[in-house]
Amino acid sequence: MFVELGHFALVLAFAVSILQAVVPLVGAARGWPGWMALAEPAATAQFLLTAFAFAALTWAFVTSDFSLALVVGNSHTAKPLIYKITGVWGNHEGSMLLWVLILTLFGAAAAWFGGGLPAGLRARVLAVQASVAVAFMAFILFTSNPFARLAQPPFDGQDLNPLLQDPGLALHPPFLYLGYVGLSMAFSFAVAALIEGRVDAAWGRWVRPWTLAAWVFLTIGIALGSWWAYYELGWGGFWFWDPVENASFMPWLFAAALLHSAIVVEKREALKAWTILLAIMAFGFSLLGTFIVRSGLLTSVHAFASDPERGIFILAILAFFVGGALTLYALRAPAMQARGVFGLVSRESALVANNVLLAVSCMVVFVGTMWPLVAEMAFGRKLTVGPPFFDMAFTPFVVAIAALMPLGAILPWKRGSLGRAMAPLWGVLVLSLACGAVVWALQTGGSPLGPVGVTLGVWVVTGAAADLWARTGRDGPARRLARLGRLPRADWGKAVAHAGLGVSVFAVAALTAWESEDIRVAREGESFAHAGYEITLAGVRRVEGPNYVSAMAEMVVTRAGRHVVTLLPEKRSYPVAGMPTTEAAIDYGFWRDIYLVLGDPQEGGGWAVRTYVKPFANWLWAGCLLMAAGGLFSLSDRRFRIAAGARRGAVAPVPAE
Amino acid sequence: MKGLKKRRRVQVIVVAALALALATGLVGYAMRDGINFFRSPTQVAEHPPDPAEVFRIGGLVEEGSLVRGQGEAVSFRVTDGNASIPVSYRGILPDLFGEGQGTVATGRLVAGVFEAREILAKHDETYMPKEVVDALKEQGHWMAPDGS
Repeated sequence: MFVELGHFALVLAFAVSILQAVVPLVGAARGWPGWMALAEPAATAQFLLTAFAFAALTWAFVTSDFSLALVVGNSHTAKPLIYKITGVWGNHEGSMLLWVLILTLFGAAAAWFGGGLPAGLRARVLAVQASVAVAFMAFILFTSNPFARLAQPPFDGQDLNPLLQDPGLALHPPFLYLGYVGLSMAFSFAVAALIEGRVDAAWGRWVRPWTLAAWVFLTIGIALGSWWAYYELGWGGFWFWDPVENASFMPWLFAAALLHSAIVVEKREALKAWTILLAIMAFGFSLLGTFIVRSGLLTSVHAFASDPERGIFILAILAFFVGGALTLYALRAPAMQARGVFGLVSRESALVANNVLLAVSCMVVFVGTMWPLVAEMAFGRKLTVGPPFFDMAFTPFVVAIAALMPLGAILPWKRGSLGRAMAPLWGVLVLSLACGAVVWALQTGGSPLGPVGVTLGVWVVTGAAADLWARTGRDGPARRLARLGRLPRADWGKAVAHAGLGVSVFAVAALTAWESEDIRVAREGESFAHAGYEITLAGVRRVEGPNYVSAMAEMVVTRAGRHVVTLLPEKRSYPVAGMPTTEAAIDYGFWRDIYLVLGDPQEGGGWAVRTYVKPFANWLWAGCLLMAAGGLFSLSDRRFRIAAGARRGAVAPVPAE
Repeated sequence: MKGLKKRRRVQVIVVAALALALATGLVGYAMRDGINFFRSPTQVAEHPPDPAEVFRIGGLVEEGSLVRGQGEAVSFRVTDGNASIPVSYRGILPDLFGEGQGTVATGRLVAGVFEAREILAKHDETYMPKEVVDALKEQGHWMAPDGS
């Protein structure tokens, strides 16, 4: 019964979103305040109804209601409660419902916190947001209904894929979707501004917090996914350039570009048309990501659902929204005259360079991701584009971005001089080159990636610190230190986020250049040496978990006679899902991770054992967290709270009530 | 003012065009060894590729061919029902690997033996790589697994 109510609530939400997509738009065009005012209660109602539908589905999972096809396919009574709940979004239908729930949440948030927006713009933003919701609710209701019942319910379910029974999955999709879907706000603002034909500094200030929030969530979501793959799959990798990973990475790159160009709109009223285009592209790529994941068109280890009908539906949604927005853009772009002019050496130019590099690097990823499809359709050749392609073609852009970043961040608006901007950076440059040289000398004959990574990492991190220090003025150190704490949060956010990128770049380079790997057969009680560690396979025993049985090895790691850690890698078998999984055991360390994987038992006794020593692995995710923290600092900046409503010059053409 | 704006716009376009050209060059260059063609066992048997070329092979793991548990190297034969190619792999096989299952391996063909450097794992027991399905269909051995 409760489930039927949930289904009904979703249908109602669909109806409300149709209303919300049409009525406020007409109201804004005609200047009817009553019609425009419908948008806010509608957005709230739409969110509450979707939340109710989602709660009903969660309830069905928690109570193991096996009359629902979705619950049968993805749950089991013996599953721990937490995975019954996360199982709601561990499948296609449920995750789409989460997608829509977040979409309506953003719409409602825009209604709740959009008090400072002019009525016309707010009505249009909410209407565009609702039209996206219409498309995706139709998608859920017509092609992938999570509330489909079974005529003859079985006694028990088929269990959730064991790889997904992990705390990583509990958090990864919600954060990722908060990011993906959060970009819909930037899109709605862009389309609303195009309909209105007006983009100014105030628009830039309104759109930036939403983009920033989406970008922060996307950063955390991608980092969580990468971390999950690292510890759960047992392959020891953190990024595979898989189509589905790329699908989340491309919107991230565009969101990062949008984030920076919106600053130029806000501060200098330049790059308006470009910023609008970026907002459309960022959401377009997140729709493309949804299409890639849901259609199963590209071979990916993720292969969610391979249903052509769904793929075509999403392709239609993608074509409608991106095509429609771009058409509108072509019609209205001439209206977006830039006001500010800037010199060749200026922060505007640096941000343009950032945008060009990010956008072009995203195109590289796009080509690599879609090439298999093109090759198959156009040339009839089946192929995949492997990591060597991306390593080769993408890395130069990261190097360029990292190399330019400290200089660009320190340049002043309008017009700057290279000499003056470099003044606080010379020391930093010398320091980073020296660090790189030392590392190069120490590692003799290793990959050049290590020294380059160290140089770039030190350059970006200390460059960010130098930028912050330079902003404190010219007094004595004590007063400057005091002033450091009073700098705007946005300055801190910028420095922290940039430093985070530096840390991540360094970690990726270090991990790629210096990791070591060993694979061998070890008998119980046997020891072997690897990378300065002595590793002993003490024993393997059988362990029973709640819904699995496991072979658990006890491996003792020592270094120069001193005990370092005892690790317990496992091979689990989930009888209901009929699936084994490998549980790697990892000793997380500040300088390195020790990563042990238990393989097959051998005929003559003993087990295959794989050992990795991964230097600076945790720095990678720490860097991502720093980036996200930087975004949060910026988000809490005063100007978004205080001056957010102020619009300079003429007020938007809204008639007096 | 107007002239400066125009000049800046031209410069931005030039920079963007340069970046795009650089990207195209890099893409073209990286495609040379970043692309792995897919070949079915029949294709490999008919036209063995150069030992230097890294490519992907896919099919079913032949029943009775899998030798595991004899040291860190694993060997098996991959078949599409018509031809079968021996594969050797040094490493730990993915969880859902087994005889009669679909698999895709990346590696090189050296002296008639496919030396795999990576074996594709799947996340789900009903999932079959698309290339494998096509390769089996070509040889007329494709049977849709029940329930998917």
